[in-house]
Amino acid sequence: MAAVSVRNLRVALGGQPVIEALDLEVADGEFLVLLGPSGCGKSTLLNAMAGLLEVSGGSIEIDGVDQTWASPRDRNIGMVFQSYALYPNMSVANNLSFGLRARGMPRAQVEERVQRAAALLQLEPLLARKPAQLSGGQRQRVAIGRALVRDARVFLLDEPLSNLDANLRASLRRELKLLHQRLGATMIYVTHDQVEALTLASRIAVLHKGRIQQLGTPAEVYARPANRFVAGFMGSPPMNFLEGTLTMNGGVPHFTAPGCEFELRDCDFGAAAPMAGEAVVLGVRPEQLRIAAPAAWSGVVTLVEPMGNHQVVWLECGGASWSVLAGSDARHQRGERLPLALATGSICLFRADDGTLRGVTA
Amino acid sequence: MKAARPPRWYADPARLGLAALAVSAAAFFLLPLYVMAITSLKPMEEIRLGHLFSWPTQLTLDAWHAAWISACTGVACDGVRGGFWNSVSIVLPSTLIAITLGALNGYALAYWRARGAALLFGLLMIGAFIPVQVLMFPLVRMLGPLHLVGSLAGIVLVHVIFSMPIMTLIFRNHFAALPRELFLAARLDGAGFLRIFVLLMLPLSVPMLVVAAIMQATGVWNDYILGLVFAGREHLPMTVQLNNLVNTTTGTKLYNVDMAATLLTSLVPLAIYVISGRWFVRGIAAGAVRG
Repeated sequence: MAAVSVRNLRVALGGQPVIEALDLEVADGEFLVLLGPSGCGKSTLLNAMAGLLEVSGGSIEIDGVDQTWASPRDRNIGMVFQSYALYPNMSVANNLSFGLRARGMPRAQVEERVQRAAALLQLEPLLARKPAQLSGGQRQRVAIGRALVRDARVFLLDEPLSNLDANLRASLRRELKLLHQRLGATMIYVTHDQVEALTLASRIAVLHKGRIQQLGTPAEVYARPANRFVAGFMGSPPMNFLEGTLTMNGGVPHFTAPGCEFELRDCDFGAAAPMAGEAVVLGVRPEQLRIAAPAAWSGVVTLVEPMGNHQVVWLECGGASWSVLAGSDARHQRGERLPLALATGSICLFRADDGTLRGVTA
Repeated sequence: MKAARPPRWYADPARLGLAALAVSAAAFFLLPLYVMAITSLKPMEEIRLGHLFSWPTQLTLDAWHAAWISACTGVACDGVRGGFWNSVSIVLPSTLIAITLGALNGYALAYWRARGAALLFGLLMIGAFIPVQVLMFPLVRMLGPLHLVGSLAGIVLVHVIFSMPIMTLIFRNHFAALPRELFLAARLDGAGFLRIFVLLMLPLSVPMLVVAAIMQATGVWNDYILGLVFAGREHLPMTVQLNNLVNTTTGTKLYNVDMAATLLTSLVPLAIYVISGRWFVRGIAAGAVRG
């Protein structure tokens, strides 16, 4: 198991820069999730770490050794692909031993390693089967086992759950997390699914346009998003935004927008003190709102989405589309005007110009 | 109210038309074959009566025997059996070498992307569209000084060269259609060029190998002009001997022997299709469901 450090990394694909000056430190045994929309450079970063893509600058260190220019086979990393890429013509046992045989390991030792990995991953009864005869979960375990037998120092996982149906995805996600706890391996996991990121990660790196927007624990990234992009990307339904200005009312900062004004209690503005007239964007998560009086502001219902254990009510609020969570037994009609009150949690304020975080209420 | 199922029209005019087309197309191809088969089984006296389609009154295998053993193909009168074995000894190496090289080329072009690979592939494709006849004379002039004209090695080499574009193309397309992640996984596992090819790519290409073998083997067997020019007198393929047999006339024309020799020559491609046809379909079906 090993730490990975990426320093000042630059990658270009077909002359087009995809990653520019990226720094990332992954600790030993960590489960780091690279999260971002498609085209953000997350898979490119993973492939560069694996050595499947040539970098145009910077360095990649694995376990304290510079591997920037090493061939993929010498980096001793394991990669789990989206399709798992199990060799369809080989049995599970041969899938596991392929990498060891390729490195010329003596047969007895190969046998022993395969047995050990199979025992760890509960694959023993399946060793003689072909990949086509395995379930999704079993295939995932074989794919991980293929890296495990080689004593891979880092596991790279490229959207391994994204082409599965919802139920299987949830169960494989739990299995993966249990496996990480048991193996204690360093895992770097690429996904565009924020639920996978929140549930699996010890830390999340949110990528956008080839840059890390924020690096932090799931709780940090969710509660204190570094900018509007992160705020809008994390959470489903996404955070609600309202453009307005800061005003000072009796020495206490207030957020003011047409039709709404309220006090920002215990707001942490960081080093720069709040100034009256600053243009800001308010960010509130759907679960921080309640349909109740006394109303801070209100909105007109446009759509109700029943989700089984709760409902998402979409409202038209001062020109923006907002969502609010409601209980599953609530009855709301389209066109109804509903009062909205702040329930719990911290509200975010972003700068209107560059979208970075301005302050968070306690 | 429940809608009644519309009655089936077995006598649908479109259906009848289709059936008529299928039957006449089959007859168009089968009738000459029938005439050949029965003519080869008739003695000459009966053929002279001129009843082309009539069933032989006297079935005899004499013509087949003569075609195989004793018919004259030019000066020699040994039948076409020599040509049969010549053809076998040309087809086997031509097929094996062409498929091996084609698969290797296709694999390298699909996965390893060497410098200039796109250009090479483009040139190969142009090569596929140049008629063989255009290259014949320059090739003879080139291979002559190397003593490769008129030898088994020469004719095999020529067949391999001419099959390279199409073999490379079908294998490149086949490998390009396999998930690239398989190749990347094998690379991460530490396998090199040949190990990936032999242990991973070839086993995943069995249906394609069969298709390529059928194409190449029938193509080489049916070849006439390359065999005539490059094989030399010692290795004339069966097709050339057949031509000589049919065109050598001393006395009366032995139609029954001609027909028997022709049928003998076409037996091998026919057998390849009949034997491998079933396997061929199974290979494609297996390819469709592989995990």
